[in-house]
Amino acid sequence: MKILVCISHVPDTTSKINFTDNDSKFDSNGVQFVINPYDEFALTRAMWFKEKQGATVTVATVGNATTEPTLRKALAIGADDAIRVNTEALDGFTVAKELAEVVKNGGYNLVLAGKESIDYNGGMVPAMLASLLDFNFVNACIGLEIEGDKATISREIDGGKEQLSSNLPLIIAGQKGLVEEKDLRIPNMRGIMMARQKPLTIVESSNGAATTAIVSFEKQAAKSACKLVDADNVGELINLLHNEAKVI
Amino acid sequence: MSVLVFAESSEGKFKKTALEVTSYGKKVAEQMGTNLVVLTINSSDASILYNYGAEKVLTIANKALNPFNAKIVANIVKQAAEKESAQVVIIDSNANGLYFAPMVSANLNAGFASNVIALPSSTAPFTVKRKTFSNKAFNNTQILTDVKVIALAKNAYGLVENKVSGTTEEFSPVLVESNLVSTSIEQTSGKVTIADADIVVSGGRGLKGPENWGMIEELASVLGAATACSKPVSDLGWRPHGEHVGQTGKPVSSNLYIAIGISGAIQHLAGVNSSKVKVVINSDPEAPFFKAADYGIVGDAFEVVPKLIEKLKEFKANNA
Repeated sequence: MKILVCISHVPDTTSKINFTDNDSKFDSNGVQFVINPYDEFALTRAMWFKEKQGATVTVATVGNATTEPTLRKALAIGADDAIRVNTEALDGFTVAKELAEVVKNGGYNLVLAGKESIDYNGGMVPAMLASLLDFNFVNACIGLEIEGDKATISREIDGGKEQLSSNLPLIIAGQKGLVEEKDLRIPNMRGIMMARQKPLTIVESSNGAATTAIVSFEKQAAKSACKLVDADNVGELINLLHNEAKVI
Repeated sequence: MSVLVFAESSEGKFKKTALEVTSYGKKVAEQMGTNLVVLTINSSDASILYNYGAEKVLTIANKALNPFNAKIVANIVKQAAEKESAQVVIIDSNANGLYFAPMVSANLNAGFASNVIALPSSTAPFTVKRKTFSNKAFNNTQILTDVKVIALAKNAYGLVENKVSGTTEEFSPVLVESNLVSTSIEQTSGKVTIADADIVVSGGRGLKGPENWGMIEELASVLGAATACSKPVSDLGWRPHGEHVGQTGKPVSSNLYIAIGISGAIQHLAGVNSSKVKVVINSDPEAPFFKAADYGIVGDAFEVVPKLIEKLKEFKANNA
C-alpha cells in the first residue's frame, strides 16, 4: 500500500488572527505554524497502516519553503518521505490540481487528508482531487480499515453514521474518530534526528491559474458586553431571551 | 442562463437547508437578472419550492439514487447545470452538501467558495463573503471562472417566502458508475441533531462527570434543543465524539447556544461563534466565555440549571 498524506501548513489553533496590507493578507508575524489538526488525524492513521500493514507513507504539501518545517515535523512523526510542490497555494482547486499530479506520478493507491484546513476552511481539496483522478472518495471519515485492496470506511452523516465499502485506490477526508486524540504522536528526539536525513523532494508546479481570489479579510465585529443576570433570578434570563433576543 | 440550486430531501421531505438555499438562490437569480431552477431527487412534493421562489423545478424520481452517492449526485448536478446553462450553482452545507459540492466544481471546472454567509456583494466580478480562520474572521472571495459553485453556510440566510407560479419538469440524467457502496446507515432517530437544531445546549468539564448530564438533557428537551459538549468532555469519553463542538469538532450556527460549565477556550469559541445568541453559565466570572457571550449567569451550574429548567417549564406552559 502506497499512502500519500496531504498536509496543510496552518496557524496554530491558539493564534490571534490579524491581517496586513489593507486587510488583504494574513499577518503571519509571530504566528506559530503547525500541521493542520485534521491532517494530523490522517497522518496518525497512516502511521498505523505503516506499522501494522507495511504501508509506505509520503507526505505532501503545496507551498513555498516556509512550509518545510511542517513537513519535517510530519517526517519526525514517522512518514518515510516528503514532497513539496513549490508554488503559493492560490486556492483549493489549484492545490487539488497540483496534488493530482503528485498522486499520478507517485502511483499512490490511498490518499489521506483532513476534511478541511483550519485556516481557509474550504473543505474542498480531497473531493476535488478525487474528481480529478476519478478515485472513490469518502468525506468526514471517522473510521478506516484496509484489507488487501478492500477498504471499509465509516463517515459521519447528519445525526448518525454510514458504513461504506470500496476498492483501492481511495481518497479519504478524515476527522476525529479516524483516530482518537490520545493516539496523536509528539515527535521524539530520535524521530526529529531521523527526519533531517529523510528525503524531501521539491517538485515544480504545473502552474494552474487561480479560480478564485481573496480580495479582503474582515475580523469579527467587536461584540457588545455580556449582559449578566443574577443567579437567583433565572426568570430574567428567560425574559431576555424571549423579549429581547427573541430566540425562545 | 440560470441560477441552479440543489435542494436536498430526506425520505421525501425537504430539509430546512433546502428551503434556505432556494430562498437564497432566488435572490441571487434576481441580482443576476435571471431565473431560478431547483433540482431535487426523490422528493414527494416539489411544489413547496414555489413558495421560496423556484420558477422551475427539475425532479428526479429514481430509487437507485438512495442511499446518497456523492459521485453520482455531483455528476447529475453537472448535467443539470449544463442543460440549464447555469452561471451559478448553489448547494447547502449539510453533511452530503459538503461532501459533493467540491466535486460539482471540479466536474464543471468552476471556481468554488464554501462557507458563504451573505448574498454576493457584486455579481461582476462575482464576490461573496465567507467564514474563514475557523470563524475567527471573514474574507471576500471573487470567483473568477464563468460558472461559479458556492456552498451556503447553514442558517446564514434563513427562509424567505417568495411565492412564484413555478413549473415542474421531470429530469432523467445519465447515472455514472460507482463502486463505492453504502453497506449500512445508523441514524439516531427522535433526537434533534446539532446540524439541524435552532437551539444547542452544551456542557463542559465544569459538570464534573458524565453522570451529571441528566440536567443538560432535560434542559435540551424542554427547549427542543440538541445537546453538545466541549472537546475535553469528548476526549475524556464522558460524551460521544459526535457531540464535540469547536474548532476541530462540529461547527454550531444555531439561533441560541447555551454553554454550561464551559470556560470558552479560543478553539471552542471558534466553533460556536456563528451562533446568533450565546448564553454562558459558569461559576468563574473570569471565564473567557463571558467575553464572547450575549447573556451570562455567574453561578454554580448545579443550582442554576435546575432552576432554569423549572422556570422554562412554567414559561412554556404559559406560552403554549
